Amino acid sequence: MSAVLRLYRRIRRNRAVNVSGGILAAIAVLAVLLPLVSQNNYLETDFGRILEAPGLADMHWFGTDDLGRDLFVRTMMGIRVTLLVAIVASIVSLVIGVLYGAFAGYVGGRVDAVMMRFVDALYAMPFIFFVILLMVVFERNFLLIFVAIGAINWLDMARIVRGQTLSLREREFVEAARLNGVSTARIILRHIAPNLMGVVIVYVTLTIPQAILVESFLSFLGLGIQEPQTSLGALVNAGVNQMESAPWMLLIPGGLLALILMCFNFLGDGLRDLFDARQNR
Amino acid sequence: MSLLNICQLGIRYGDVVAVDDLSFAIDSGESVGLVGESGSGKTQTALAILGLLPATAEISGSIKFAGEEFVGADDRAFDKLRATRVSIVFQDPTQALNPYLRIGEQLRRILIAHNIAAGAEADARVIETLESVGLPDPKRQSGAYPHQLSGGMRQRAMIASALITSPDLLIADEPTTALDVTVQAQILELLDTIRKDTALLLITHDLGVVAGHCDRMLVLENGGLVESGATRQVFGTPKCAHTVSLLEAAPRLKQSIAPQPVSGKALLRVDGASVSYREPGYGRLHAVKSVDLALRKGETVAIVGESGSGKSSLVRALLGLVAAESGAVSFLGETLPRDARSRRQQIRRELQLIFQDPAGSLNPQMRVSDIVVEPLSVHEPSLDRRACRERVIRILEQVDLGAEFLQRYPHELSGGQAQRVAIARALIVEPKVLICDEAVAALDGTVREQILKLLQDIQGRTGLSILFISHDLGVVSSISHRVLVMYLGRLVECADGQTVFGSPKHPYTRALIDAVPVPDPEAGIAHTSLSGEVPSILSPPTGCAFHPRCAYAESRCTTELPAPTAIGATTVCCHRATEIDLQA
Amino acid sequence: MAQYVLKRLLGAIPTLLFVVVLSFLLVHAAPGGPFDEERVLPDAVAANIEAYYHLDESLPKQFVRYLSGVLQGDFGPSYRYRDHTVSELIADAFPLSIRLGVMAIIVGVVIGVGLGTLAALKQNTVTDRVAMGFAMSGISIPIFVIAPLLVLFLAVKLNWLPAGWSGSSGVSRMLLPVIALALPQIAYISRLTRASMIDVLGSGFIRTARAQGLGTYAVVRYHAMKPAMLPVLSYMGPAIASVLTGSVVVEQIFGIPGLGQFFVTGALNRDYTLVLGIVIFYAALIVLLNLIVDILYGVIDPRVRYR
Ligand SMILES: Nc1ncnc2c1ncn2[C@@H]1O[C@H](COP(=O)(O)OP(=O)(O)O)[C@@H](O)[C@H]1O
Ligand code: SF4
Ligand SMILES: [Mg+2]
Repeated sequence: MSAVLRLYRRIRRNRAVNVSGGILAAIAVLAVLLPLVSQNNYLETDFGRILEAPGLADMHWFGTDDLGRDLFVRTMMGIRVTLLVAIVASIVSLVIGVLYGAFAGYVGGRVDAVMMRFVDALYAMPFIFFVILLMVVFERNFLLIFVAIGAINWLDMARIVRGQTLSLREREFVEAARLNGVSTARIILRHIAPNLMGVVIVYVTLTIPQAILVESFLSFLGLGIQEPQTSLGALVNAGVNQMESAPWMLLIPGGLLALILMCFNFLGDGLRDLFDARQNR
Repeated sequence: MSLLNICQLGIRYGDVVAVDDLSFAIDSGESVGLVGESGSGKTQTALAILGLLPATAEISGSIKFAGEEFVGADDRAFDKLRATRVSIVFQDPTQALNPYLRIGEQLRRILIAHNIAAGAEADARVIETLESVGLPDPKRQSGAYPHQLSGGMRQRAMIASALITSPDLLIADEPTTALDVTVQAQILELLDTIRKDTALLLITHDLGVVAGHCDRMLVLENGGLVESGATRQVFGTPKCAHTVSLLEAAPRLKQSIAPQPVSGKALLRVDGASVSYREPGYGRLHAVKSVDLALRKGETVAIVGESGSGKSSLVRALLGLVAAESGAVSFLGETLPRDARSRRQQIRRELQLIFQDPAGSLNPQMRVSDIVVEPLSVHEPSLDRRACRERVIRILEQVDLGAEFLQRYPHELSGGQAQRVAIARALIVEPKVLICDEAVAALDGTVREQILKLLQDIQGRTGLSILFISHDLGVVSSISHRVLVMYLGRLVECADGQTVFGSPKHPYTRALIDAVPVPDPEAGIAHTSLSGEVPSILSPPTGCAFHPRCAYAESRCTTELPAPTAIGATTVCCHRATEIDLQA
Repeated sequence: MAQYVLKRLLGAIPTLLFVVVLSFLLVHAAPGGPFDEERVLPDAVAANIEAYYHLDESLPKQFVRYLSGVLQGDFGPSYRYRDHTVSELIADAFPLSIRLGVMAIIVGVVIGVGLGTLAALKQNTVTDRVAMGFAMSGISIPIFVIAPLLVLFLAVKLNWLPAGWSGSSGVSRMLLPVIALALPQIAYISRLTRASMIDVLGSGFIRTARAQGLGTYAVVRYHAMKPAMLPVLSYMGPAIASVLTGSVVVEQIFGIPGLGQFFVTGALNRDYTLVLGIVIFYAALIVLLNLIVDILYGVIDPRVRYR
């Protein structure tokens, strides 16, 4: 517990982490709350008012699209979907990656070698193409997107956790505990896990933008989230088709997507600096 | 005019003062020793002379070389000074040489950068220099990458790179600290002979090194100069208390105070233990070969040997951390399973271990109190919190740490304090045997003496038995009742401390003793009889494994393994132990 | 060395086989056939079509037929482009894609390494901040946002460069797609280079080289460059995969008739054989390129031992 507290205090002092974390939190909260305030909903079409520029009239703050739907509410929906997909996918990759990596690293030896050979083999594969294949074959399925993205991203996590576990296992304090007959469960709980926490947090943060990219990439190609549901990638796709007549349809969701990605990247970088500095001391 | 003139030098990093008001001068051709414990500012001073301090350093005062001021000079000015006039040899050649570049190429680049030579002329000069530092087959070796050379050869190459330009001043920052003991003496001798009229600033924490190799010496403490003068004079009549304590802590063979051997039945026995590892691509690597060992109650047994001699493997087999290939470990007459996991809790409790790296042996995420109490909660789970806490406080007291340490994290401890915590963790369950694997090797001289004294005190009070592993004979001489010397996995000599240090029987033991630098300028330089380095354990020499380096070797030594023989109180493995006289 | 290469080549075979099996099974596990959506066919015609594509055979039999075809470079007929085999389509479209990809990677490496090295040498200065700010944008703005923006501003608004592929020719029409593909690579490689260069510049042997008075240029050129490039080299495998992925989008946006375009169209049209063929082709390409990178790594790092 105290370790978590110390971590929290250190994090609070890092500006990159604070600012980007704050922006992300604000975006998430607004995306959930603001659609409730608006008089519009994301489905309603109004062919009398298509491709209307952003303005205050009728709360069409971000304008309307080519079907006359309110872009503000649609964008907020898109952010929700994008964040949800990315976070769930990252949790999938976190769970698989940590379990796989920690197991390989802690057991070591042949088991480790075989398990890591498998990861190496998967690394060499063009995963995104498999995902597309998957999407083609099994219709565009929401659940499938989670699984597919999670399945891509667990590899990095597994490698990193495995490396850390392997070196922690050889550390003298673990050896001292083992010599005294401290149980394996307790060693993992007290000695390995707390020392893994840092890298895991950092890499989850860096995995989320990757997941966002994959999801929006698929949606952009029309292979991800399907109409009338939407995500930032799908909105960008719609925007590209209208970019000459209604550039805001591209700029607003594209800009928000970039902002979210940038915040996650800054957050990850900041956290990594924090933990690196600690390891170097 | 002095060659180098440093005046009121100050180096600081924000609030941290690394060097403060330091003034000294070096004349042409002179050799000056700069002594101090780690963190006293020695390296910072050396880096300042060459303009290599990090950008965050704030530097004040004056550094004049041949009259020219270098404080505040730019890189261009320094580039003309570096190598051509002042060269440096760093502590660890493994890190100081570029692993991606052939040795010869690294030397050639210096000649080209300073327009000294190019093309075939540069090649010739490189090879000539490599030869002069004693690199065998320099033509071939110049094409080698650093990792293909042994530690000693790497440091020779590093020295070659420093001297290839014939500078006026050579700075050597702990040039032997990262090397094996028998190699240290070779490198120091080389520095002496090869530098000719180049002045030498020899930085070291080891007073023995200064005594043998420097005309004058400077003593640093916390970044400030506390004493300077001719070496003889400083050693003879030290003025500063810090110098006195450094002198006392200097490792020397304190034969007179070696304790009397302990008699009685063995508590812990190892019989014919062998350890081998699977080395992919080579087959098996035999780290320990049929070693016997006995440890009695209240006794300290030292195991001494250079890197690769199998000390740690022996300990790991003893503790069941690696399965011994053959042989038996017994405790109080009970033969122990080879794997620690199948040993009884009671046995685990009786055998405790302390590691070399004090920081690495403590979990960075746990507080001192949690670290120390862990073994107790395993071995005496019935104790309640209050009782545990009392035990922790009591044991911390015994290692001279107050209750204020209970809530600290490892990174809030100094090296010595961390090692005390590790000792407390080991002793809280009141074991019969404490195993110290290079437990003081990472500590400063004065701290090392404190820890050794602490161990002796505890032994006196509780009758603890200690198995003490070290590469340094100087360290073990004052505390060991018995000494075992290992070479390439085998015991080569075994006797009580006084006998080993007073009349060694094995040529290798003799060489180890000679390699300990004597902190006494009158004693002269210890010339080591030993050439070469420890061969690879992957392909040990046949017969007596020591024969390629032994001055007494004869033909049967290359084929026949010498059997253990008793000569008086000593057991020794040498064909010629009875014939040769190793008294100094 | 030769033995090592051979061993690695043999080691790649299971990976490739895995790719083929997995993707084949995926496609054939599809609920419903590829022609379900078409207007209702008379039974006889449907049977004919099934027979033509061997869909009436058992799965193992189909697989063996497919695998032996693949080994001879034959990925079977396309479901949609009825007059072409998949291999023909790949042979037609791939040269264009690879040309774009190779140019993007070259641009990415040259500019990325240069920018990263500069930033590392000027660490924490304005130069560093600007370069890394640019790189951060580059990794954060997705290629499918950058590419349309480039078109919108440089082509549509300023009219400097052609927006589309057809209707123009020569270098000018390659320029925007290559920039769009290269930008993320520049960003990623410059971050990678900066980090590894800072790492290397902080190491002991660089201090030695500086102590030898080599000067910044020689220190970087002869001592730091090689080790600092190792992470960039290992990134080349993923870089190729990433450029191929990017080309799917870029070809779509610029209307380039490359393999990526076929892939997306195939995917949206449920042209199973085409998609399957392209996946296997890309996988083989990436596995082989990874292999080459690995071998190069061993050549550059003298400490790698071949076993
Ligand atoms: N980059 C740095 N930032 C802050 N403090 C430093 C830095 N480098 C060295 N120091 C401090 O300078 C002091 C002297 O260090 P050093 O010269 O390396 O000592 P020595 O060589 O005698 O072991 C130490 O207290 C160390 O912590
Ligand atoms: S046996 Fe021979 S080689 Fe070995 S130590 Fe004795 S004399 Fe030297
Ligand atoms: Mg130092």
